[in-house]
Amino acid sequence: MHIVVCVKQVPETQNVKIDPTTNTLVRQGVASMMNPFDRFALEAALRIKDMDRDNVNITVITMGPPQAKEVLIDALSRGADDAVLLSDQAFAGADTWATSYTLASAIRKLGSVDLIICGKQAIDGDTAQVGPELATLLDLPYATYVSRIEFLEPRVLKITRQTDEGTAVWKVPLPALLTVLKDVGIPRVRSYRATLRARRYEVPIWGISDLRLSKESVGLKGSFTQVIKVFSPQRAKDRTFIEGSVSEQAARLYELLKKQGVPGL
Amino acid sequence: MKALIDENLCTGCGTCIDVCPVGAITLSEGKAKVSDECTLCGICVDSCEFGAISLPKVGTGELPRDYETYRGIWVYAEWRHGTIHRVSYELLSKARQLADKKHVPLASVLLGYRLNGLERDLFNYGADIVYVVDHPSLAYFTDEAYGNVLAYLAKEYRPEILLAGATSIGRSFIPRVAALLKTGLTADCTDLDINEEGLLVQTRPAFGGNIMASILCPYGRPQMATVRPRVMEACRLAETRSGVLERVSVPEELFKSRIEVLEETVCEGPSASIVEADVVISGGRGLGRKENFRMLEELARLVNGAVGASRGAVESGFADPSQQVGQTGRTVAPVLYMAVGISGAIQHVVGMQGSRIIVAVNKDPQAPIFNVCHYGVVADLFEFIPEFIKLVKGGC
Repeated sequence: MHIVVCVKQVPETQNVKIDPTTNTLVRQGVASMMNPFDRFALEAALRIKDMDRDNVNITVITMGPPQAKEVLIDALSRGADDAVLLSDQAFAGADTWATSYTLASAIRKLGSVDLIICGKQAIDGDTAQVGPELATLLDLPYATYVSRIEFLEPRVLKITRQTDEGTAVWKVPLPALLTVLKDVGIPRVRSYRATLRARRYEVPIWGISDLRLSKESVGLKGSFTQVIKVFSPQRAKDRTFIEGSVSEQAARLYELLKKQGVPGL
Repeated sequence: MKALIDENLCTGCGTCIDVCPVGAITLSEGKAKVSDECTLCGICVDSCEFGAISLPKVGTGELPRDYETYRGIWVYAEWRHGTIHRVSYELLSKARQLADKKHVPLASVLLGYRLNGLERDLFNYGADIVYVVDHPSLAYFTDEAYGNVLAYLAKEYRPEILLAGATSIGRSFIPRVAALLKTGLTADCTDLDINEEGLLVQTRPAFGGNIMASILCPYGRPQMATVRPRVMEACRLAETRSGVLERVSVPEELFKSRIEVLEETVCEGPSASIVEADVVISGGRGLGRKENFRMLEELARLVNGAVGASRGAVESGFADPSQQVGQTGRTVAPVLYMAVGISGAIQHVVGMQGSRIIVAVNKDPQAPIFNVCHYGVVADLFEFIPEFIKLVKGGC
């Protein structure tokens, strides 16, 4: 069984903050990391591999600048078998469509794939679109917000997914794509042996010529959505501290909330 | 592809260097230089007071074929248990304004099984036309069947704009529709408008809500967006407003889904989904133990709300993982979010900062949660919450 895990390198969001005096964005350091949800995607794949070590092969794939290789090395150090970096100047500026399109081409090039696992969303863009778009382009069934993966038969999964109001249990035939939540399992640490292997591993780098893609179909040129303006959100500046004894505080808050029409009060 | 610097305008002040989240800008010979590490996020563009930075344009400049034949605005009508979800009314109200601005009709699409009568309120909230596809295969939501049918309708009727709620359903199958239609999609918008060229301006938060981005889809049709629940006002135009109801038959093969729904469960009561509730009372480590969450459950029950939790509280075993609010949990935006005994780490804040009113209750006046709240209560929660419950009980 061949599992592909899609990962993304993201800046650590806690380092992106608004300067309260100038109301502009400030960055502290440029640390980057594997998108947290992708760590759960990798863990979900590793747990399937744990059940049948010799017959499950995990390939991690990412699209990004050359330094995105770091997240692949990290995944290999945790037990992934292979890695591919999609990196090309032409890929820069891709929106979710162009990203999915490029990933789909690369996954087709990998050959037979039984299961693709992605994180629920990336924490920089928060779109949660690449998983479903990728599955659609590869004509695979998919399930999003998956919290639990079980096997009903060797080629049929039973997955539990989170909905806005509860859960749903679906029967999903392979090949398929899943996007997962943290509930699939706590990511394991790097292993010594895997880390040694990862250090020696030569990550293949695929560009547009390797994928036989035209410059016009990828990156910014292949994208539909154009960012026209970026700005700081309006922050609530009218913070009110409610003073007084505890019973006065409770009474004042109750009145304030009631006046603002909070339902149920 | 990277951000473009106009060297005639750049003063070499260095402001952009500090805001770049990937450190792609350096100063060279007194001018900003952008390296290949640029991800085109656009943060620097807004930071430059001299207007020296711009982003290269998307696409190849070619408009889609038959571009002129796309007309009208569509809102996907989401329903659950026989009622239309509020986000669809919110969207119809907003889309009504946009349709009037563009002088085009507003339509709504209703997919499901045995939906008799559900369309009526779609007219009342502003739809001129309602397209209904009623079929046993649509009794349960699956991405495949719903996505196939909506994409098919959009291909047939060619709306210029297609909107849906950013619920777990919308966020799941609308990307499929966009991929099938080969067009752009903007997720989780909090504002929509029409610009001078008649294009849809889609505004959404990014970087965990730390920045806002306005986005256009100039070369794809329809222009598609999902919109967060509760950010737009639902406005019922009339008690009974008439419109055109069109039942559409679509090819049978579109209903095929390789996925089979085995079971659907709905959680109710104070442990009900925190995403849907108008009021969310969340507890953190400050609650001390699991039993103390009962106090929050009592309050939640009184106001018909739900109980959320911080990651710390979940990891301490005080609450269920399904209740976690924050980066690795759920994103909520209720009318009232009350953070009780939660310190307010950024990972928690990104999951609740869209709430209309945020109340923080914490005995530590230095707790970061007070930086994001509207009302701060510095108090011992074990004294404050029972007092507050008393008042709510008295008021009911």
